[in-house]
Amino acid sequence: MLQMFLRRLFLGAITVAIVSMIIFAGVEILPGDACTAFLEREAQGRVLENCREELDLNRPAVVRYLDWASDALRGDLGVSANGQRSIAEMVGARLQNSLLLAACALIVGVPTAIFLGVVSGLWRDRPVDLVLSTGAIFAMTIPEFVSATVLILVFSVWLGWLPGIVLTSANAPASEFFPEIILPVVVLAMVMTAHILRTVRSSVIEVMNSDYVQMATLKGVPYWRIVFRHALPNALLPAINVVALTIAWLLGGVVVIEVVFNYPGLGRMMIDAISDRDLPVVQAIALIVATVYVGVNLTADLLTMVANPRLRTLYTRK
Amino acid sequence: MSLASIPQNSHLGRTLSVLRDVTSRPSGAVGLSLVLFHLILAVISPYIAPFDYRTMNAAMMLTGPDGVHWLGTDHLGRDVFSRTIQGGREAILVTGIATPIAVAWGGLVGIFFGLIGGRVDEVMMRFVDAFLSLPWILKMLVLIVTFGTGIEVLIPTLAFFYGIPVIRIARAATHDVVARDFVAAARARGQSRMTIMRKELLPNVLDALMVEGAMRWSWMLLAFSSLSFLGFGVSPPTPDWGLMIADARGFMSFAPWGVLGPVIALSTLIIGINLTADALAKALGIDRAQKAPV
Repeated sequence: MLQMFLRRLFLGAITVAIVSMIIFAGVEILPGDACTAFLEREAQGRVLENCREELDLNRPAVVRYLDWASDALRGDLGVSANGQRSIAEMVGARLQNSLLLAACALIVGVPTAIFLGVVSGLWRDRPVDLVLSTGAIFAMTIPEFVSATVLILVFSVWLGWLPGIVLTSANAPASEFFPEIILPVVVLAMVMTAHILRTVRSSVIEVMNSDYVQMATLKGVPYWRIVFRHALPNALLPAINVVALTIAWLLGGVVVIEVVFNYPGLGRMMIDAISDRDLPVVQAIALIVATVYVGVNLTADLLTMVANPRLRTLYTRK
Repeated sequence: MSLASIPQNSHLGRTLSVLRDVTSRPSGAVGLSLVLFHLILAVISPYIAPFDYRTMNAAMMLTGPDGVHWLGTDHLGRDVFSRTIQGGREAILVTGIATPIAVAWGGLVGIFFGLIGGRVDEVMMRFVDAFLSLPWILKMLVLIVTFGTGIEVLIPTLAFFYGIPVIRIARAATHDVVARDFVAAARARGQSRMTIMRKELLPNVLDALMVEGAMRWSWMLLAFSSLSFLGFGVSPPTPDWGLMIADARGFMSFAPWGVLGPVIALSTLIIGINLTADALAKALGIDRAQKAPV
């Protein structure tokens, strides 16, 4: 078990290392560098040389990559190209805000999704299921900015119940984001719920049709006891991985949502950095997001292994 | 019901029976008609639009729906109905070209690595995983900001990025096939890798690739319109749903008709594609319950 844990951890670390290389190489290959972006039209001759000298851009790429990577490991993400501020400082509050948004969406979305998924799985092909399954297709396929716009139109413009835009500043404490955060959370939670619901539904259906549930039914075990004691523990296992996949989606989807609602998170900062061609900031954000993604998937894999003893042996045999 | 049990004597026969299966399902029938409706509209809309989508009219800004302007006018006095029915042309054109390219290159690479397997395959998959761990919007925006937002940049960018997840699907599907006897037989006959890929693997992986292609198309549309919405896609005055929603959002409190048209148009197209993909997956007997957009 421990050996396997370490193996997975090692693979995760390798993935992050490869990502950091892809990020660095990607930014290297693109035309222009931090200095041409910062200086814009004056970027020529002496001025450009001095700037590159100052930012150490003249050293070989491999050396700069190793420098960047080892600094990042120690939590130093370098300085931004325009303004020369410490990126770690700039990112800190934004990352917290994005995590707050994601955490709220998870807290709302995951239990709702599991509950609704079980309901539509148990009442398969009945009206409840048809409504829920159709709703799920709508929620997961319509682009986030579209559903966000519709929700703002209904709840903010027509009904006037909730604020449609976030005006709180980036460094404000978490409590000040309420109630502005409610609509963005609802949009995120809606899409997440749809994805998880579909998986839970099909896995509940599968388990309820399995031999051992039939056996329990024939043995005379009461229906609800079968559902809660026999079926659900097995049916909910696949949910762990889908939750992880959904969190991965969340990292991209959150960008659009943050722009729509003017939410001061990492995603909006990323869009701004890309528009400004502030490459050090883009690199740093990409690295953070990728690390979170790998971490989430790793946690999901480990949780599944802990919850399902069969997987442990399968893994070691391989 | 899977089609595996029905005897097939020709490609055409199989295609027709799959099509019949898709249209016999409610989701397939509704989905396919929505998609066809949008495709036809995209072709004929320039000829039936009552107004030119570029014509501005300062005297008619943000007027409500009436007999002349069925969906009202936007902030520049342009006819929203004419713009809405033409707002999908660019999106359908770009994603319609990029999707087959993405499925083709991702599929071939995936089948190839699935066939050779071993170390090389493992290492390549680490790269694919690493690549997928970056959010799509970041990867695409960096390229678009560097190279511009024209069709000639958007098509290759979308085709490239959306081909990478296809590698994974094709590889997984190939792994299931490679272990079967007929591939071993082909190897024993001494057939080359190319022949095995073309004659033994591709026909067996094609079903999975078709379903994947349909799903990729809807995610690509989602990406395309999100990019337009963020201001990184189609450039004005070309009508595009994403861009129209972004423009009309500011006036939503007193002119909500500006968003409703493009919202309904974009949603119906994407839902149509998804319903079709769902029905297609069921008709071909492929399980796609557990996939999230990456």
